[in-house]
Amino acid sequence: MLRYVFRRLLTAIPTLFVIVTVAFFLIRVAPGGPFNQERGLSPEIRANLEAQFGLDDPLWLQYVHYLGNLLRGSFGPSYNLPDFTVTELFAKGLPISVQIGTSALVLALLLGSILGTIAALNQNKIADYSVIALATAGSTIPTFVTAPVIQLVFGLSWKLLPIGGWGDGALINKVGPVLTLALPQIAIVARLMRGSMIESLRSHHIRTARALGLSDWSVVVKHALRGAVLPIVSFTGPAAAALLTGSIIVETIFSIPGVGRYFVDAALNRDYTLVMGTVVVIALFTIVFNLIVDLLYAVVDPRVRYD
Amino acid sequence: MTELAVAVPEPIVGRSLWGNAWARLKRNRAAMFSLYYLAFIAIISVFGPMVVPHDYTTIYGDYVRTPPSLSAYPRPDMLQTALTDAIKRMRVDIKEWHQDGSRVIVTVTSKKPVDDRNIRYLDRSDAFDDTKIESKSPDGLEVTMSSAIKQQYFLFGTDNTGRDLLSRTLMAGRISLAIGLLAGVVAGVIGVIYGATSGFAGGRVDEVMMRIVDVLYSLPFIFFVIMLVVFFGRNFVLMFLAVGAVLWLDMARIVRGQALSIRRQEYVQAAEAMGVGYRGILVRHVIPNLLGPVVIYMTLLVPQVIILESFLSFLGLGVQEPMTSWGVLISVGAKNIGYANWLLLFPAFFLVSTLFALNFVGDGLRDALDPKDR
Repeated sequence: MLRYVFRRLLTAIPTLFVIVTVAFFLIRVAPGGPFNQERGLSPEIRANLEAQFGLDDPLWLQYVHYLGNLLRGSFGPSYNLPDFTVTELFAKGLPISVQIGTSALVLALLLGSILGTIAALNQNKIADYSVIALATAGSTIPTFVTAPVIQLVFGLSWKLLPIGGWGDGALINKVGPVLTLALPQIAIVARLMRGSMIESLRSHHIRTARALGLSDWSVVVKHALRGAVLPIVSFTGPAAAALLTGSIIVETIFSIPGVGRYFVDAALNRDYTLVMGTVVVIALFTIVFNLIVDLLYAVVDPRVRYD
Repeated sequence: MTELAVAVPEPIVGRSLWGNAWARLKRNRAAMFSLYYLAFIAIISVFGPMVVPHDYTTIYGDYVRTPPSLSAYPRPDMLQTALTDAIKRMRVDIKEWHQDGSRVIVTVTSKKPVDDRNIRYLDRSDAFDDTKIESKSPDGLEVTMSSAIKQQYFLFGTDNTGRDLLSRTLMAGRISLAIGLLAGVVAGVIGVIYGATSGFAGGRVDEVMMRIVDVLYSLPFIFFVIMLVVFFGRNFVLMFLAVGAVLWLDMARIVRGQALSIRRQEYVQAAEAMGVGYRGILVRHVIPNLLGPVVIYMTLLVPQVIILESFLSFLGLGVQEPMTSWGVLISVGAKNIGYANWLLLFPAFFLVSTLFALNFVGDGLRDALDPKDR
């Protein structure tokens, strides 16, 4: 088991290296630079700035420097927010994005599983059709529509929630963003759960359990659920990586100071170090969560073993 | 000799895959309704902007953020304001005004003789039209003019700068649908060619081609899109061609899988055994069997592209003003929900209902074309 984890982490290194290399050269090939503002700087000042950040070195040297710094755990300074290093920016924004993302993920897993199970137990009845309708709606309506509609209904008309803002992490400020983020995920989880639960309920061990006279509750929760939960486990990996690294739409509409905006803003401003930092963080999250999911598989399904 | 053949029975015409699928699709009410709805949206988006009396760029300065309404503007209570505004620009004083049917008659006075050319100030107002001088006092200090009230309908209201939302929503539909189709077709064509080549070549070539797809998959998608925006700037046609060129990965995988499995089917082996050439197998067996999944996946690609376009436009990276798309309109609407919620609700309804319809059509096609489900 430990050896497996170690091996997986080792194989992640070349992946990360490829991603960092591709991202580094892609953003450098893009026209423009971090100090190309609309009001041009005088050439002397620009030359000094570029010298200070080492941008006047040949590209390969900059790449080597960057890799070296990365290995020492430093992402470098942000070019457009000169008072901050990239690490500081993430230390500030990432906890916020992670909080909202985790809440949305937990909500989606719980609610989606419950809805999916209800639908599977009442196949082709009204409850089933309502869940399917809800799932279709949830996965069709994009978040940039749900977010302002939630603001409009709960914030402006009913005055139940604040329209936006972080409010130093007050619970009430998180409801809107979490709900917006969770809705499409609830739809996916419910659909996955419905499908796998129907299949699981048809399997032999469930028939045996029923024949032994176990209660419905015990059949579903103790026996069917364990088999049905596998597709949801594999969904959780990429979903967690995406949710926890912040959503630009939700964070922009609800004015949440998370990391969701970093990537787009940084790419547009050619804030090279921040772009690279975001790419590395997203890649790390993806690698780690995929590993966790694979390990969870062995816990849920005893047929899977890592030796 | 008597006629032998009395009544030759009609030869039984076998139903083709597509005839069969169409018959099955016709029985699916949700899919058929969605199909009609999509046709309706497409027609009003293409021809609507020509029919609606307002151009999507025309700015009505007097009608900023007017709420949607079935009755005509100007409202009776708006006449006074519009009139005083116009008269103030003439630098004369209103003596008296009244409405006479569809015209207003206004008498103005001034300390200096009133210039006849002043009537253009009334014409310039969005509320009046066809201004005429009715009578003039002998000394020219008092003039009576009459002006037709310009009846205008803003069924969806107007936006922040006073542009008609109906014509803008229809124009946006044109752009969003066109981009969806354009990028969808680009992605489809690349995906089919790549996937089919990989599936047919098999072996080492297949392996290398699919590893390339895997690598592209593992890079964050949004990273690609933002890089394309950075490279292509604000030229949105080029950009969406590029977006289409990014979305082909799923299509390539699906087509490759299909091609691999079709190649292994008994009927293909039978055809090979009978000496049918490579070309014959491709045309007779492979392409017809590939078309089903390709058509299904295309109907899912188009809404993906529309969402992506709206997402980029929402961030301000896609379609640029005064050109518009549903994403642009929703983005403006989201910023104005406090005082003009129709700016969000109308475009959002158009976008969401179109996405729903595309989904239902896709689901219907999948049911209709699935050969295992007869």
